[in-house]
Amino acid sequence: MNSPTTGTFSVPARLLHWSMAIMVMSMLFIGIGMVATVSERHVWLLQLHKPLGIAILALVIVRLFVRWRYGTPALPSDLPPWQRAAAHLSHWMLYALMLAIPLIGWTMLSAGGYPVTLFSGVTLPDLVSPSATLYSALRFAHTWLALSLFAVILIHLAAALYHGLIRRDGVLASMTKGQKHP
Amino acid sequence: MILKTPPPLNTIFRFTVIGLVIAILATAFAYVGGWLDPGRLTPDRMINTLEDNAGVHEGYRRNHAKGYCVVGRFESNGNAVSLSRASVFETGRVSPVIGRLAIPGGDPHANDGMPPIRSFALQFQLPNDEQWRTAMNAMPVFPVSTPQAFWELLKASQPDSQSGKPDAAKMAAFFADHPETKPFLAWAKTAQRSSSFVNVEYNSLDAFRFIDADGTTQFVRWGLVPEAPFTSMTEAQKRDPDFLSKDLRERLNQGPQRWHLIVAVANPGDPTNDATLVWPEDRRQIDAGVVTIESAQAQADGPCRDINYDPLVLPDGIAGSDDPLLSARSAAYSESYNRRTREEAESATPSTQEPRS
Ligand code: HEM
Ligand code: HEM
Repeated sequence: MNSPTTGTFSVPARLLHWSMAIMVMSMLFIGIGMVATVSERHVWLLQLHKPLGIAILALVIVRLFVRWRYGTPALPSDLPPWQRAAAHLSHWMLYALMLAIPLIGWTMLSAGGYPVTLFSGVTLPDLVSPSATLYSALRFAHTWLALSLFAVILIHLAAALYHGLIRRDGVLASMTKGQKHP
Repeated sequence: MILKTPPPLNTIFRFTVIGLVIAILATAFAYVGGWLDPGRLTPDRMINTLEDNAGVHEGYRRNHAKGYCVVGRFESNGNAVSLSRASVFETGRVSPVIGRLAIPGGDPHANDGMPPIRSFALQFQLPNDEQWRTAMNAMPVFPVSTPQAFWELLKASQPDSQSGKPDAAKMAAFFADHPETKPFLAWAKTAQRSSSFVNVEYNSLDAFRFIDADGTTQFVRWGLVPEAPFTSMTEAQKRDPDFLSKDLRERLNQGPQRWHLIVAVANPGDPTNDATLVWPEDRRQIDAGVVTIESAQAQADGPCRDINYDPLVLPDGIAGSDDPLLSARSAAYSESYNRRTREEAESATPSTQEPRS
């Protein structure tokens, strides 16, 4: 017998969650795809990658504010402690990665001496002065943190489906329908 | 309220659904990333093939490995304002440039007299953090028009481990399969090797788009036409593998070296997606201003070392064309840059040491 969760996510939190879920997933596929081809896809995916990544950076800041302002529903009281700990850890990892990866993307381009062009005529300021050593470290981090983000997202998705399909404790519904489970 | 525990079969089915969702996503990711698609021409494969041909020279560019940094400025005369709104063309604007003069090939110790081609790359620093980067070759056309054909050409020209020379039969077979190489081959047959970096004309080869203040777009190619008159490599120079850098130093000791930036405008119907074809001679040409080079420096510690002259780093007012080489260059130069900056970071000192000087 699984006891249901209490409360739901606020409307802004749910809107942010689902729009960012689509954006972040798209970004991972765009990123991995654009560095794996020499075709024209490389160019237009990269042109999408930079502005979309900066949009995610802006939205994650709004989202952390919304989370602080509206809070989150409590997890079901009978959830085993290790699952509770894993939930909290993975959520904070998701926030940290969504913040760090685009920031690193921007900083790495500055360190590589590249103009950080979002659209024709819209160029972000340099965050650091050019340094090949820094570029190289950040370029490495950008890839590996992005791959980690993909892994954490898959675990997060599996856990959400576990709540929705196996435990059926209203945790998934608190983010989808936003109503307390029956 | 609280649901009954589902029957075991049902639970197995539900776990399977979860597993499938995750497996499908992971597989799609691996496919998009090229891991399940070994035939795809990736930047990685392109650079690996360049390394197969020339060896791995840590810290150096994987192509055009041997070169020198140069510094100077571009003075715009305003003639291109009607074609492009890019700030670099504003009347009287002086843009600082960091350039690189080089010879093609992945060997940083190559003999300057070997290749018939020299190259000139430029980075124009513009207001509002914008830049214009271009990498030009001293030749009228490129041998091939697609990245795939370029890769096949690299494969065909891989030096034999015994003789150190490409297999003539493989080369002949490649050229027979690729009739688009004819204009290049015709040029290469009669091309004179220049005595200097500063007395040859460099070409963008790929087409680009210029966008004016009203948003009107024109297809263009650009080039640098030197003020110094062309002379061929001398007999004495032939014996000196580094004659180009010595000549460059001597010329710069005498004074700054100048080129005119000439922009050719396509007529409707001119090929914009094929760098193997020249445009007719009578196309409109605009002299947009003068590039002046004042000093040169070894690339080991010069300002061009850590620049990736990606031809698609462009300011507002200039954009890429439908030429498929452009995206391939952008992707491959980035991979080359990633490898060489990593090697630079890993070695305590910059590893791009001067070959011999
Ligand atoms: C949530 C945000 C982001 C995600 C998930 C993400 C993900 C990725 C991924 C997966 C790659 C491919 C890495 C590889 O396989 O080597 C990549 C490459 C890249 N990313 Fe991002 N990225 C993000 C934000 C940004 C931002 C904001 C910028 C810059 C403004 C940026 C610039 C780049 C560049 C330039 C590359 C390719 C560099 C190269 O050619 O080597 N990214 N990104
Ligand atoms: C698909 C075709 C091509 C490939 C794969 C390719 C590959 C490369 C690579 C890997 C580099 C070294 C980049 C770096 O580490 O910074 C390079 C440099 C260069 N390439 Fe290409 N290239 C291609 C086509 C062309 C064309 C059409 C031109 C004609 C203008 C050209 C001109 C140059 C020049 C001038 C440099 C030297 C840039 C410098 O001095 O830093 N390349 N190329």
